[in-house]
Amino acid sequence: MTTYSILQHYWWFIISLLGGLLTFLLFIQGGQSMLFSLSKTEDEKRLLVNVLGRKWEFTFTTLVTFGGAFFASFPLFYSTSFGGAYWVWMIILFCFVIQAVSFEFQSKAGNIYGKTTYRTFLLINGYLGTFLIGAAVATFFTGSDFTVNKGNIAQQLAPAISQWGNGWHGLEALLEPRNWALGLTVFFLARTNALLFLINRLNDKALEDRSYKYLFYNAIPFVVFFLTFVIWILVGKGFDVNPATGEVSLEQFKYFNNLIEMPIVMITFLAGVVLVLTGIIWSMLSKTFRKGIWFSGTGTVLTVCSLLLIAGFNNTAYYPSSTDLQSSLTIFNSSSSQFTLTAMSYVSILIPFVLGYIFYAWRSMEKKRTDIADVNNDSHAY
Amino acid sequence: MELLDAALVNWSRAQFALTAMYHWIFVPLTLGLGVIMAIMESIYLKTGDEKWKKVTKFWMTIFGINFAIGVATGIIMEFQFGTNWSNYSWFVGDIFGAPLAIEGILAFFMEATFISIMFFGWNKVSKKFHLAATWLTALGATLSALWILIANAWMQYPVGMEFNPDTVRNEMVDFWAVVLSPIAINKFLHTIVSSWVVGALFVVGISGWFLIKKREVDFAIKSLWVGAIFGLISSVLIIWTGDGSAYHVAQRQPMKLAAMEGLYEGKTNADLLAIAVLNPEKTYNDSIDPYIVSVKVPVPGLLSFLGYRDFNAFVPGVKDIIEGGYETPEGTALSFEERKVKGKKAQTALNEYKKAMSEKDTANAQIHKAVLRENYPHFGYGYLDKPEDIIPNIPIVFYAFHIMVGLGMYFLALFALLVFMLYRRKMQNANWLSYAALFTIPMGYVASQVGWIVAEMGRQPWAIQDVLPLQAAISGISVESVKITVFLFAALFTALLIAEVRIMAKQIKKGPETEQH
Ligand code: HDD
Ligand code: HEM
Ligand code: HEM
Repeated sequence: MTTYSILQHYWWFIISLLGGLLTFLLFIQGGQSMLFSLSKTEDEKRLLVNVLGRKWEFTFTTLVTFGGAFFASFPLFYSTSFGGAYWVWMIILFCFVIQAVSFEFQSKAGNIYGKTTYRTFLLINGYLGTFLIGAAVATFFTGSDFTVNKGNIAQQLAPAISQWGNGWHGLEALLEPRNWALGLTVFFLARTNALLFLINRLNDKALEDRSYKYLFYNAIPFVVFFLTFVIWILVGKGFDVNPATGEVSLEQFKYFNNLIEMPIVMITFLAGVVLVLTGIIWSMLSKTFRKGIWFSGTGTVLTVCSLLLIAGFNNTAYYPSSTDLQSSLTIFNSSSSQFTLTAMSYVSILIPFVLGYIFYAWRSMEKKRTDIADVNNDSHAY
Repeated sequence: MELLDAALVNWSRAQFALTAMYHWIFVPLTLGLGVIMAIMESIYLKTGDEKWKKVTKFWMTIFGINFAIGVATGIIMEFQFGTNWSNYSWFVGDIFGAPLAIEGILAFFMEATFISIMFFGWNKVSKKFHLAATWLTALGATLSALWILIANAWMQYPVGMEFNPDTVRNEMVDFWAVVLSPIAINKFLHTIVSSWVVGALFVVGISGWFLIKKREVDFAIKSLWVGAIFGLISSVLIIWTGDGSAYHVAQRQPMKLAAMEGLYEGKTNADLLAIAVLNPEKTYNDSIDPYIVSVKVPVPGLLSFLGYRDFNAFVPGVKDIIEGGYETPEGTALSFEERKVKGKKAQTALNEYKKAMSEKDTANAQIHKAVLRENYPHFGYGYLDKPEDIIPNIPIVFYAFHIMVGLGMYFLALFALLVFMLYRRKMQNANWLSYAALFTIPMGYVASQVGWIVAEMGRQPWAIQDVLPLQAAISGISVESVKITVFLFAALFTALLIAEVRIMAKQIKKGPETEQH
């Protein structure tokens, strides 16, 4: 492998890792989606909002960093997907904008629209944010309707390099059942992880009991949709790239072959799945076991990261065009220059350091589980 | 294929301007107040006086309210480059994307982590660790500004890159040239310091209100001291860095400088205008006097000096820049028409190169590549057709610039007076000064917003100076889509702004004593 190719793989790995971390952190959104069902009394709602509210910034920032890193390492994806699937991304952005103010504003005097409005914003973010991100990522496997022609830049009358094939600008992805399957997987996974997180964090009998009950009803659909999606793509056609010519073609069992041909990825994938299931099942069986979130969280990161790796590694087009196969984006034809990837790689050395201080900060803040009294004693409570 | 539509360009600009200006309502206060509350908490730790803790916590609450909406408006800014300026994202993404990614990795996480310790950690971590968290929050905010401003400075003055005809984009060849570009450093300093001014004005204005109401006098005087001294220092720095900005503009973006001063015909020994009214009839190639009224700063040749550090230097006007022919350190300036011809040549050469490559005719390809290289500095001019295309909106840039500078001078005077009165212990009896401070709060925001208007409107029509004009930077979407999102953003952000202002007003009225328990 050339240095350039190693860098392209390295950056696809970073993107996949960030994708995994983001999916795990979407448990905040999962929690928000249960704000009106899991918590019944005002005290319970307040507790839930505060426990989630102390972490929401991390999910948000991870999303932003995921975007920034994608821009820097694979700019053609940034221009093709964001500019093309305009509506899907805009809706996702809108539901994160309304989230960002809601924790801080919901209980403040003078907030005009009232507590319920801001909590409804959180609910919308919880439902749409998770589902649409899942559906959008599913198009990495199912393809989208676009063409790319870099020569357009010197065409005075129609300079846009990436052109979307239809006026729905991304909403058409909802016509594809496989995209629904991944969207719903992410949604139920976020809720499942949220419940495991709450079991770990909360010191509140009623909420805990309900969390156990809800766990069952969210974990089952999660597993069903997850299996549906994974089996569907593993047995279906994938977008294969000919390494010599760069030509893209459809290949039966492509993603399954990728797993077989990349045993390390297969092992992390399977380990991830096992960890998620362990976290769920162990928590269901034992009410004294509170560490489920660590298992399912780690498992989520591993599984999602491996799924994204099989979408981009082993000569696969990670952002395929279903209209014009040869326009599909691969980690080779969409990446930044070798120089930029190298410079960025130096920066990425700092990532473990960042993760380190985040972990340290959380530890120093969370020595014991939270109850409503803690919230009431906190001068900055939401 | 979607054909280019001028309305699409304008609506996309409107959307970017709207969201950026909203973002910029909140960011300066985050940057300014962040440092101010860190200073306050440092005093608390040093003196051990609980009253300082109360002061610190009050301003932190305000910070939190403002911060949330700053973040909400920020996420749009980030993704908008992809959604609305997709060509741009490919054409310069190799250089522009890196600072954005670094911003996320280095700055946003720092802010997000330590802000939660700052807000929720009062009783959970040691006092020293808490103080460190507050400073790190302020530092994280400042670093976010650093990276995005490096990116913005690069658009004003692209450096450290080379065009690659195979990938059809500009590629980074020198990371440090991008990061340490003198424009970037100056822009960072000027912007950060301007935010300190906004923060200081906010603190002294609100404290003035408490004095007027005769409430919380001790709290107000303490806050005033910190705000006024910090503001005074920042005001001196802003004039210094503002001068640096103007100097760089003169060197690299002469058209922007001409617009800032309404200068149509160049001169040596050029004077600086203090106040003027422009003649709206003026076009670049008639002989009408551009000013209806004009008052000069009584230092002859000041503009020449500020722009070129030489009282006798020649400052080109709009007409000179279009017609070329004057001497610059890089040689005789080319006219617009000459640059346009070269720009078209570069674009044709690119097309020919692509064709030759696809026919595997490497010999010919090399010839076209050489032509492209030679003419690339004028690439962007190939998209334009008439000289007027390179003239920004002069009245807006002109008035915006003069309002900013005028306000800057006024802020300096205000802070100096505040410090003087505090020192003489007369602040409590000087209601007029408290009122002045209160009514100056909005002016800080005005100065800050018009600053960006100078910088951004003054560089039109370029997205990337001389390389990529706006119409070539665009996404292939329909005007209707963009119109809808513009209205949605306008409605949503306005609704949130109104809520924010109300919440803040309530919180301020409540005062520092009644913090929730
Ligand atoms: C990193 C780049 C960057 C940064 C930090 C900013 N902008 Fe900007 N701005 C652009 C990059 C840009 C742009 C993408 O290049 C736009 C879109 C269209 C254009 O002309 O340039 C632009 C346009 C643009 C316009 C419209 C100009 C016109 O269309 O005539 C205004 C008024 C502003 N911006 C104002 C701001 C404000 C208030 C900012 C402070 C937060 C700001 N910009 C930060
Ligand atoms: C196009 C330009 C810009 C983009 C893409 C952008 C992006 C963002 C994003 C995504 C956030 C939210 C970060 C989070 O998750 O916490 C944010 C917040 C912030 N941005 Fe910007 N930003 C831009 C312009 C600016 C400028 C010009 C400055 C300062 C000079 C600035 C300073 C900040 C600060 C201090 C915050 C912290 C939150 C707050 O202010 O309340 N940004 N920005
Ligand atoms: C008092 C003298 C001042 C001078 C001579 C001055 C000069 C300038 C110049 C020349 C620019 C354009 C830079 C460019 O296009 O690259 C600029 C931009 C700007 N100014 Fe000022 N300014 C002054 C005061 C202020 C004040 C008081 C504020 C706000 C409180 C302010 C806020 C800004 C901002 C936010 C920008 C845009 C960012 C940038 O381009 O650096 N300035 N200023």
